[in-house]
Amino acid sequence: MTSVEQELNRLLGDARAELRAASDITAAEQVRVRYLGKKGLITEQLKRVGQEPPDVRPEIGARVNDAKCALTEELETWRHQWEAAALRTQLEAETLDVTLPGRGLALGSLHPVTLARQRIESILGGMGFARAEGPEIEDDVRNFEALNMPANHPARAMQDTFYFDAHTLLRTHTSNVQVRYMEAHRPPFRIIASGRVFRADSPDLTHTPMFHQVEGLMVDENVSFSDLKGVLTEFLRAFFEQSVDVRFRPSFFPFTEPSAEVDVRCVGCSGNGCRICKQTGWLEVLGCGMVHPSVFHRVGIDEERYTGFAFGAGIERLVMLRSGVTDARLFYENDLRFLAQFR
Amino acid sequence: MKISEQWLRAWTKTDLNSSEIAACLTSGGTEVTSVTPVADLDPRVVAGVIKSVAPHPNADRLRCCMVDAGTGTPLAIVCGAANAAPGLKVPVALVGAILPGNIVVRDAKIRGMPSQGMLCSTRDLGLETESSGLLALDAKTRPGTPVATLLELPDQVFEIEVTPNRGDCLSVLGIAREISFLIDAAAVPATAHRSDIGDPRAVSVSIEAHEACPRYTGRPIYGLDPAAITPLWMRERLRRCGMRSIHPVVDVTNYVMLEWGQPMHGFALPGIAHGIVVRHARRGESLTLLDGQTASVDTDTLIIADHKRPLAIAGVMGGLISAIDPDTVDVFFESAYFRPESIAVSARRLGLHTDSSHRFERGVDPTLVRRALERATKLLLAIAGGRAGPISEVITKAHMPKRAFVELRRARLSRVLGVDLRSTIVERSLAQIDPRVKKTETGWRVKPPAHRFDLKEECDLIEEVARGYGYDKIPARLPRVSLNAPKIRDMVSQERARALLVDRDYHEAITYSFVDPVLEAVFDPDHRGPILANPIASNLTVMRTGLATGLLQALAHNRRHQQERVRLFELGLCFRQEPSGVDQRARLGLIASGRAWPRQWGAPDRKVDLYDVKADLMALLTLGGRAEEFSFRGASIPGLHPGQAAEIRFQNRPIGFLGAVHPEVQKQLAIDDSIILLDIELEEILQTKSVLYSEIPRVPSIRRDLAIVVARTLPAQMLIDCIRAQAGTLLKELEIFDEYRGEGIDSGRKSVAVTLTLQDSSRTLTEDTVEVVIARVVSALATACDAQLRQ
Repeated sequence: MTSVEQELNRLLGDARAELRAASDITAAEQVRVRYLGKKGLITEQLKRVGQEPPDVRPEIGARVNDAKCALTEELETWRHQWEAAALRTQLEAETLDVTLPGRGLALGSLHPVTLARQRIESILGGMGFARAEGPEIEDDVRNFEALNMPANHPARAMQDTFYFDAHTLLRTHTSNVQVRYMEAHRPPFRIIASGRVFRADSPDLTHTPMFHQVEGLMVDENVSFSDLKGVLTEFLRAFFEQSVDVRFRPSFFPFTEPSAEVDVRCVGCSGNGCRICKQTGWLEVLGCGMVHPSVFHRVGIDEERYTGFAFGAGIERLVMLRSGVTDARLFYENDLRFLAQFR
Repeated sequence: MKISEQWLRAWTKTDLNSSEIAACLTSGGTEVTSVTPVADLDPRVVAGVIKSVAPHPNADRLRCCMVDAGTGTPLAIVCGAANAAPGLKVPVALVGAILPGNIVVRDAKIRGMPSQGMLCSTRDLGLETESSGLLALDAKTRPGTPVATLLELPDQVFEIEVTPNRGDCLSVLGIAREISFLIDAAAVPATAHRSDIGDPRAVSVSIEAHEACPRYTGRPIYGLDPAAITPLWMRERLRRCGMRSIHPVVDVTNYVMLEWGQPMHGFALPGIAHGIVVRHARRGESLTLLDGQTASVDTDTLIIADHKRPLAIAGVMGGLISAIDPDTVDVFFESAYFRPESIAVSARRLGLHTDSSHRFERGVDPTLVRRALERATKLLLAIAGGRAGPISEVITKAHMPKRAFVELRRARLSRVLGVDLRSTIVERSLAQIDPRVKKTETGWRVKPPAHRFDLKEECDLIEEVARGYGYDKIPARLPRVSLNAPKIRDMVSQERARALLVDRDYHEAITYSFVDPVLEAVFDPDHRGPILANPIASNLTVMRTGLATGLLQALAHNRRHQQERVRLFELGLCFRQEPSGVDQRARLGLIASGRAWPRQWGAPDRKVDLYDVKADLMALLTLGGRAEEFSFRGASIPGLHPGQAAEIRFQNRPIGFLGAVHPEVQKQLAIDDSIILLDIELEEILQTKSVLYSEIPRVPSIRRDLAIVVARTLPAQMLIDCIRAQAGTLLKELEIFDEYRGEGIDSGRKSVAVTLTLQDSSRTLTEDTVEVVIARVVSALATACDAQLRQ
């Protein structure tokens, strides 16, 4: 073994010891520079090659190179291991408790009446009914007279009306929109109007002085009672998401004839009789009928040429039936514990 | 309307059971809302007669009776009722009988005396919840007769909802007729009666208001027995139909009304001076009604008067002067046809709604008038004896309701119902209306009967045919329609606005449109909402002009129920009384109180403030793409904190406010947390600007931060406006990233730190250009805002 070799072995041993002792990447770099840098201790050994006899020079040169390579490789390995360890430490330090709750705002909620209205509008909208709107403070002509309810008509007493003066009132139903729409448009049309309506009732389990209705109207040349039954049956099945039994019973509304009340088989007891349906097995959900010819006549629509149907439903009632709400007053208390149940 | 099934069955021939009758009526449009059994009675409860009454040796309140209950041997029965007297016929529960409430009657000793049964009151029999004394049975009752038979038991009470068009169904006879129509059977007709004239003295009747009263009949009945009482069967029928027995005269009129639908009135004859006059009231007239209230009557109110004064409001309610009392011996029975509109006017005017006006308003069969009078006479004479006087009758034929033919075209029928019905089906329904239905070239022609006020035109007949056929048999079919595209306005939809607010943690509220005027005036003293003439409560009297009041009350409700963090919004119409009328306009209201975020581990715990809500509003305004057209200005706004209130303007028109509720108002509401309130017109914030794409610059932008020291009171908006004006189109973004007051800054001043992002769309900005712009900005700020750069 030449003295160069001995020296290389010693240097490698020293370098390895220093590397083992290195605590971070800077220390490791210092080792590299000290031994392998331009003036590194191992690099310096190359300069000694010239002092050796020519026949052994290639051999010694190769040894120095081997030493350089070996140390370089060990340095690389050390670096990888160190980086892996450092990353491990970093990741450990960054570990989160993923079971802690997330941060920031919560989610609000839409009012159950809005949710139901949107549901109704999307079903009927899909059937081509366009939305229409009207005022809540209305004149008695459009709320009553145009709908076949002249002053002192007993049907007016069915709806306890809020008045401002003899001729101005809070609409008792959304049917005023029907009147306004027909005053301004010619058939054929299909519309729905939804919104607040008012009755002078003191609040109790089933009454509030304000509630919401949705109103539908379809007028064309050959719209029939049979069509009315088809559309409403389809609508109710879509709304309640089940193939509910639907029943049409004769009833009376001054502005439709024939008139009907629509019941669905009780959702609470499937028709066996329970508290919700008052043991009848049926739930009243809609009023409807064929538009009375004199309603057409008054707005200048040819009552011989056109026929049509109209229907109206209380939105709260539909929510109560679908979601099991038992006290109508809850809709207007705006208690967060109630509201937040509907999203 | 309540109706006894037994009574109904006396007028209709049907094999249907109770629930089938109810189902049949309901499916025909006359809804039976409930069927309630009248207490049934054990057959061991029988009629008995009290033979003797002796004091109980061991109890002051009890007595020992000997009773013949038709059992062969007299029964000794101890009884506590005060009205137990020899000769009285009463219900006797025999030993072993089970009374309502599962009370078993035993052979017992009561305070040492034997008692072989029980004498019963109406309460004991389960007929009433309160009663005084034993139920007195009719004097003619044979001992031993089961009381259930006497009382027509078992029976059920139908609660029936009659629609306003079917006044003809407001009676036992009417419901019987309706059942006949629905099951296609014959009804029992209203029988004609006639009583002999026992006293020739007539009471004169004159009519001044012929149009309002086309037909009036009346007769006196003399010499009634004041001791007579209404027989049990009649009292029971009345009771089951919801009426109290008052006096044989009143009971008879009520009975005839319930049975045939003809409201009648009985006057005490001595109260009538020289005969009846039917006329409209004169100015200034008044009378005291049976219910004790004094009614001043208008000139359009039809009254029954004598030759001196008003006696009754025609068809609505009688007066006190001629009221029947226990001593009444001579009476005058009235049975008349009044025009429905006339009675409706009186009833509405006086705010009265009686069984009589209810029927007259809806139309009472004018052919019934005299038959009802005869029926009442017959019933009264049988109960209270007396002599019938002659009938006085005035008819004005010209004003009697006309019965006219109504046509039904086959083609129209098919078109409206959407189904072709066989002629036999149509004719079966029509024959129920008019047995002499005539075929015409296009269809049929019928003359509806006098009691059907609702059958006037073709569509009425179409409904009648559909009812007779059965709505359920008409097929449900989906219509084939022509498509058309809806007209769409380019706007942010209300639903999108709602969704945005929900996503930002607000709950949608719906509050009443009428509010407390006191609270309403706090926030909007300048506007007045229309005032309700008939509010249901003193705190719900005025229409809202904004949404603050409703939301504050919803907040208060939640705070009372331990909800500390409340964030609500509402969309809805608000109302302002303007000289030209009522302005109805949709607004958005929003309220936030309590923590800014839900209580949580990883975020600062602080109260919500104006800037939180402003950010939510800005998000909403950004939807329409016109946020820059809205401006905020510190302002003094009623109800709000003077230092935390902004007026919101759109294109320089005030459209709402945002701010913290004034601490004084907060105290008034008993809310001990600050409240942020927003109230703004909805229409404006939903307006959209259509998007025009602008090229994304390919050159880099340059950012510069400036810390500007200005007076504390200087609104940031002034800095923004000034910087924008100077930097011009090169300014792409302007952010305020800090506001600082305190150490290092003079008191009275603040430091506002802003970042300007500058960019030219076509070329890279040079340092020189940027420096020039910044220098211009700084110099303008110094001049316009008295600003210095912070060192």
